[in-house]
Amino acid sequence: MSKGKFGIHGGQFVPETLMNTINEFEEAYNHYKNDPEFVSELDTLMREYAGRPSRLYYAEKMTKDLGGAKIYLKREDLNHTGSHKLNNCLGQCLLAKKMGKTRVIAETGAGQHGVATATVAALLGLECEIFMGKEDTIRQALNVYRMKLLGAKVNAVETGTMTLKDAVNEAMREWTNRVSDTHYVLGSVMGPHPFPTVVRDFQSVIGKEIKAQLMEKEGKLPDVVMACVGGGSNAMGAFYEFIKDESVALIGCEAAGLGVDNPKNAATIANGTLGIFHGMKSYFCQNEYGQIAPVYSISAGLDYPGIGPEHANLSDTGRATYVPVTDEEAVSAFEYLSKTEGIIPAIESSHAVAHCIKIAPTMDKDKIIVVNLSGRGDKDVAAIARYRGEDIYE
Amino acid sequence: MSDIKKAFENGKALIPFVTAGDPDLAVTQKLLIEMSKCGADIIEIGIPFSDPIAEGVAIQEADLRSLAAGTTTDKIFNAVKEVRSDIKCALAIMTYMNPIFVYGTDKFMSKCSECGISAVIVPDTPFEEKSELSVACDKYGIELISMISPTSNDRIKMISKEAQGFVYCISSTEASAKAVDIGKTVSLVKSVNDIPCAIDFDISTAQQAKEMAQSADGIIVSSAIVKIVAKYGKDCIAPVCDYVKSMKEAIS
Repeated sequence: MSKGKFGIHGGQFVPETLMNTINEFEEAYNHYKNDPEFVSELDTLMREYAGRPSRLYYAEKMTKDLGGAKIYLKREDLNHTGSHKLNNCLGQCLLAKKMGKTRVIAETGAGQHGVATATVAALLGLECEIFMGKEDTIRQALNVYRMKLLGAKVNAVETGTMTLKDAVNEAMREWTNRVSDTHYVLGSVMGPHPFPTVVRDFQSVIGKEIKAQLMEKEGKLPDVVMACVGGGSNAMGAFYEFIKDESVALIGCEAAGLGVDNPKNAATIANGTLGIFHGMKSYFCQNEYGQIAPVYSISAGLDYPGIGPEHANLSDTGRATYVPVTDEEAVSAFEYLSKTEGIIPAIESSHAVAHCIKIAPTMDKDKIIVVNLSGRGDKDVAAIARYRGEDIYE
Repeated sequence: MSDIKKAFENGKALIPFVTAGDPDLAVTQKLLIEMSKCGADIIEIGIPFSDPIAEGVAIQEADLRSLAAGTTTDKIFNAVKEVRSDIKCALAIMTYMNPIFVYGTDKFMSKCSECGISAVIVPDTPFEEKSELSVACDKYGIELISMISPTSNDRIKMISKEAQGFVYCISSTEASAKAVDIGKTVSLVKSVNDIPCAIDFDISTAQQAKEMAQSADGIIVSSAIVKIVAKYGKDCIAPVCDYVKSMKEAIS
């Protein structure tokens, strides 16, 4: 029987070699998520180590400048390691340790998930190996060194397009080769069951905090919650708490690269078709023969040809909408937020900021938009400079 | 009796793998014909996939070479159909779930049947997900091959009970490929289903083949032939045939 379905999406399409391991992982998760000791340990780490709860910041200057809806930024960029990725890594690494694993592996695109995994591995005394597309090790050289500083081994993946999907391929191969002592800390709400559920649950703290914080500040629910979407973990984390609140519009912002009509994009909902890959049935950018497309985005973290199965289902049911945002729009938003609020957002998160800039002026002043600012942009400064024609070195 | 089961009637079965379209489909056609004459009992035809997560470097590279040369699923079916009557053994397709699903699972199995392909092997579709394939497989009489690995343990019986054609035993770099372990696995399979077991333990030499064949009904040679094709390109037919002959002799 197929497990982990979201509508028609999801499932467990992995080699037989991994089945017992992911079943054990599922059992361990179901046990520990209700174990008071585990819950309290994780809660302590989230507060004391990660710095949770993250702030819900009223972007007053931005709100006034755009002249429409009131804009709040959920400051996941202020977490330790600079992104939401740490939430999931703390949960999964702690779980891995409880399961008796001594080694963790992970894929990374922009390097944020790799850095977060390496960080928690250092903290919990786990051996750590990161898989990163060679192209991304060049785009995000600083994060590579950061991971090494944290004691992780970084493998530059030279197969395929040498980006995020190839890093996932290689991490899955490595896991297949060495399951006994190793846990694969998948970084997004994707892959085979139970990963989409586990990662969502560990990230759902974002939406829970948004709801409580906004209730305190405004005494009501937001009208829109938006976030960038690659695999979709920060978006799922922000959305999940609000799915049952039908009045809250949920908007995922996909990377459209050079434009949805240009082959160089990574907008899965806009351009993808139904497929089965990386352990899940979902939407993928691919050709008529099911060969996965070589996608592109300026953002290494959104440069992925698929999307998590729960997002695919939220799109099918119409509960969430997904919009494409181009490189140019994201870079402009990156610069805009830096100048307007003194906050340099990750280029990934800038995709959500860009869409907020588009829709806020069209909304009434009593409406509220929450943008999940999933990461900070320090890692992107050199790449943005190069995009704008300034040849600086990191 | 199915073509796959029949392939195990001629002593220990030799099951070579070849990536279709590497270096081109004309060479693949010749390889299929000649390997069947040199002792292959079943040939696994690999439909290349952009992201073969269960393959090592040799087959990954072969897949990318084939795709870069313009190979498509339709071209592969046409190439097999053209020469099917000259191929003297059973054929199985090995590919990933996505190329089948996106092509249309029903249409895919119908094409297999039309081209004289008896079975499909899909490494990223475990027991729990096989209903994604089995309806169309049953409709067109295509056998869905089940895999078991050294980590399958308590799953072996569950998988074997419903297995068709033969059971495909894969290796793991972690697990030792000791004959005794294989023997134990094989007898566990046979305790619930009288079905042939073939093993794929990264076998490359005749000596390995001989040892492994003692505890199973057949051996699968996957990357070794792909490596010969990579080395010799269009001139690979003779060296591949010599190799296939030597392997068949070793297990006979």
